[in-house]
Amino acid sequence: MSYINPSFRHPNLPVNDIGCTKTDYEGAISTLCAGCGHDSISAAVVQACFEMSIEPHRVAKLSGIGCSSKTPAYFLNQSHGFNSVHGRMPSVATGANMANRDMIYIGVSGDGDTASIGMGQFVHVARRNLNMLYMVENNGCYGLTKGQDSATADIGSKAKGGVENVYAPIDLVNVALELGATFVARSFSGDKKQLVPLIQAALSHQGFAFIDVVSPCVTFNNNPGSTKAYDYVREHAEITGSVDFVPKKDEITADYEPGTSTNITLHDGSALQLHKLAKDFDPQDRRAATRALENAKDHGGILTGLIYIDPDTKDLHNILGTTETPLRDLDQDTLCPGNDALAAINESLR
Amino acid sequence: MKKIESVNEFVIRFANVNGTGSWSANLLFARAIFRMGIPISPKNIFPSNIQGLPTWYEVRISGKGYIGTRGGVDIMVAMNPQSMAKDLKELGAGGYFVYDNTKPLNPAFVREDINYIGLPLTEICIREYKDPKLRQLFKNIIYVGALAALVDVDFEVLKNLVASQFKGKEKLIEPNIKALDLGYNYAKENFECPIGIRVTACDNVGDKILIDGNAALALGSLYAGASVVSWYPITPSTSLIDSYKKYAKKLRTDPETGGNNYAIVQAEDELSAIGMVLGASWNGARAFTATSGPGVSLMSEFLGFAYFAEVPVVLFDIQRSGPSTGMPTRTQQSDLISCAYASHGDTKHVLIIPSTPKECFDFAADAFDLADRLQTPVIVMSDLDLGMNDTMSEPLTWNDDRQYDRGKVYSGDDLEAMTERYGRYLDVDGDGIGYRTLPGAHPSKGSFFTRGSSHNAYAAYTEDSGSYVEGMERLLKKWETAKQYVPGPDIRSDNNEIGLVFYGTSADSAQEAMDRLSENGVAVDAMRIRALPFNDDVEAFIAGHDKVFVIEQNRDAQMRTLLSNECGIDPARMIPVLSFDGMPITANTIYDKINEYLSVAKGKKKVA
Repeated sequence: MSYINPSFRHPNLPVNDIGCTKTDYEGAISTLCAGCGHDSISAAVVQACFEMSIEPHRVAKLSGIGCSSKTPAYFLNQSHGFNSVHGRMPSVATGANMANRDMIYIGVSGDGDTASIGMGQFVHVARRNLNMLYMVENNGCYGLTKGQDSATADIGSKAKGGVENVYAPIDLVNVALELGATFVARSFSGDKKQLVPLIQAALSHQGFAFIDVVSPCVTFNNNPGSTKAYDYVREHAEITGSVDFVPKKDEITADYEPGTSTNITLHDGSALQLHKLAKDFDPQDRRAATRALENAKDHGGILTGLIYIDPDTKDLHNILGTTETPLRDLDQDTLCPGNDALAAINESLR
Repeated sequence: MKKIESVNEFVIRFANVNGTGSWSANLLFARAIFRMGIPISPKNIFPSNIQGLPTWYEVRISGKGYIGTRGGVDIMVAMNPQSMAKDLKELGAGGYFVYDNTKPLNPAFVREDINYIGLPLTEICIREYKDPKLRQLFKNIIYVGALAALVDVDFEVLKNLVASQFKGKEKLIEPNIKALDLGYNYAKENFECPIGIRVTACDNVGDKILIDGNAALALGSLYAGASVVSWYPITPSTSLIDSYKKYAKKLRTDPETGGNNYAIVQAEDELSAIGMVLGASWNGARAFTATSGPGVSLMSEFLGFAYFAEVPVVLFDIQRSGPSTGMPTRTQQSDLISCAYASHGDTKHVLIIPSTPKECFDFAADAFDLADRLQTPVIVMSDLDLGMNDTMSEPLTWNDDRQYDRGKVYSGDDLEAMTERYGRYLDVDGDGIGYRTLPGAHPSKGSFFTRGSSHNAYAAYTEDSGSYVEGMERLLKKWETAKQYVPGPDIRSDNNEIGLVFYGTSADSAQEAMDRLSENGVAVDAMRIRALPFNDDVEAFIAGHDKVFVIEQNRDAQMRTLLSNECGIDPARMIPVLSFDGMPITANTIYDKINEYLSVAKGKKKVA
């Protein structure tokens, strides 16, 4: 069931630059389990969009199948949504984006939806550098079918039933890096402070922005022995550095000691301010990113934060040389060559 | 010895090795005859291979205008030692066997009832060309030159054709004409030309064009405004995308910015190809994909989703022999049932079935209007025979006054003016079709959540049985509505007792068989089905005939099954006439099968 939030609003709610309150970015009431990490991620999306003053109707939200894929119903009620079939969100997002390059595309998927049934589409949307935010709400298990291990479960990790996973895990961050994704990050549903600026940066990035959000399943995979449990993730998260998102209109004001902070200007003019970066870590160096991932893994750490960014890339429209006007807005005169052109074609076929 | 004597009525088959450039030489021969005003029907019979396996190119020349496959061969141009034994057998008595006699013919290949025409092709090539590649390429052109002399093709026409074919590559014109001359002169000097079979210029082509169905579908899509294309390469559909790309580059490049007013994405598989079409259509662009049977299987889940969520989709299915691999380069009409009911649950899809390139163009354009109007997948059912063979056709025409029918879409202004609550799946007009809105249409009205899960009239998730049933019944109402929009059957009726039912590429051969039946005193009526759902005329035609033959190119009589299933017609009332060997159905097959049935039924001897 999807309950609509009541329309009653407190009269003094803060408004953003386009006159919207945070509630204008909310969705239906969640039907996920109480305490589900996914709901925190939905809340982070709401906050990120509110703070960026994004017009909700300029966003299209898409998903596949699974608990995570239900969540687009729980944020941005004024956006069109597309809950597609299992593992196939990337293709629908690609088509939608080809039709209208001017909208913002948020794809939500899960570890089953991406790392198993949807692996094929995930890798190809990444290598095409489709301009979208692709979020995996990663809980290491299949929640909707009651807790089977997923392909991101770590070896030795125990789900609720106590059985250890014996198969090698797929680290989607590593896969995305390998495929040439131009924005790669990992976060934790329990760390909204980190997640919100990452979402904002991802939305500002022109190209494929991937965020793997570890998001514990409170019902089937939040037990001792699970490496996707709240406690475990809190204890083992290692950040690459702090991330501040600075919108285009704002100046960078925070002051850090020289040499401890990096600023990256994004395509839309906004900026990322990174500080307290780990030693030898440079988020614009793909090799360093891979190395940092491996290093963290060596001692059981979960690397979070911005892991890699190439702020100046060609997205799929640039690669294909598509016209600036959204294709769906081209009128018939532009689209249809007319009968004279057809007569010339006929002549060439005689 | 008997020699076949014929003017403007014969079948010539070229047996070649794949990848040796024979196709373009053979096409040159065919087009020269076409330019002489004589109807032709070329068929490329090729293997699933790039180089080395046998390939055939058959041209039926028919002054009378029969362009279906006739059956039988009158001239065999046997250029492939691998297939020569088989090729020899295919040649009819009194036919002409053209071969390379540089080396003596294997005595096992001697038949008493045919005429041998030996051309020292290898010898000429070795003498004239040093480069082995040129020897191979020009060998083909030399036999075309020789054939021109043998069957009296206007040599000037042939030369002009070469000149126009190599426009922009003038260097190639002279050597090609020289090769034609070599063959032409050899034949003139060594044989009595023309042989018994010959052509003579006439005016039976009119303003017709020669185009393959895939190119016509591509052009129809382009003219209909399709701007997002996604596909996964699969024979025999690939050339449709190639054609779209070629024409879009020419006709859809923004003259000012050089930007592409289209986007073509080669997908990682067919699941993704159809997914992109759904995404683009949902977001307001016209989009399509093209595939063949195996692709349809992979697209099935999304097709069901699009049916249930009511997203427009245009899919071109260029059918081939199935299932699986082995005969992917051979034709069939065997995806009817898998397309009609593609997906899980209760689904049925609109099918449109063109018979000619002209219809491919028209139906492709119509398919986009229909998909938008009906908000559902529309599958255009072509096949390899029509899709990949140059086919004589009425010229393509576009009415410049025609406006795209984008169906029921509320714009931002419509939404602004609305006072009532918007419901995506509300049956406002009572025809089973609701109003769509496009993403981004309005800041606060009209957004909805597209989902395959059961939804109510306001697009909200529901597990309520009543809402589900209501939605499913409304889709049936839409199916009824579709009947008034899809192309109706093409019926020719003279109140005869016998009715023939056929569709797609069986039409030409069926027409020829009907003419022959009629010449033998058996008058029949005909119905060419052009779409599913069937409208009342389809049912009435079958009900109105004592004997109904359903002609199809598949094993299981799939159209007959659909007719029985959709119209409740007793299958016993429909006699299947089937051909499923991967080759286009022939007039001979249809004629013989119907004739045999009628003879047995009457207990009489067959008519001659």
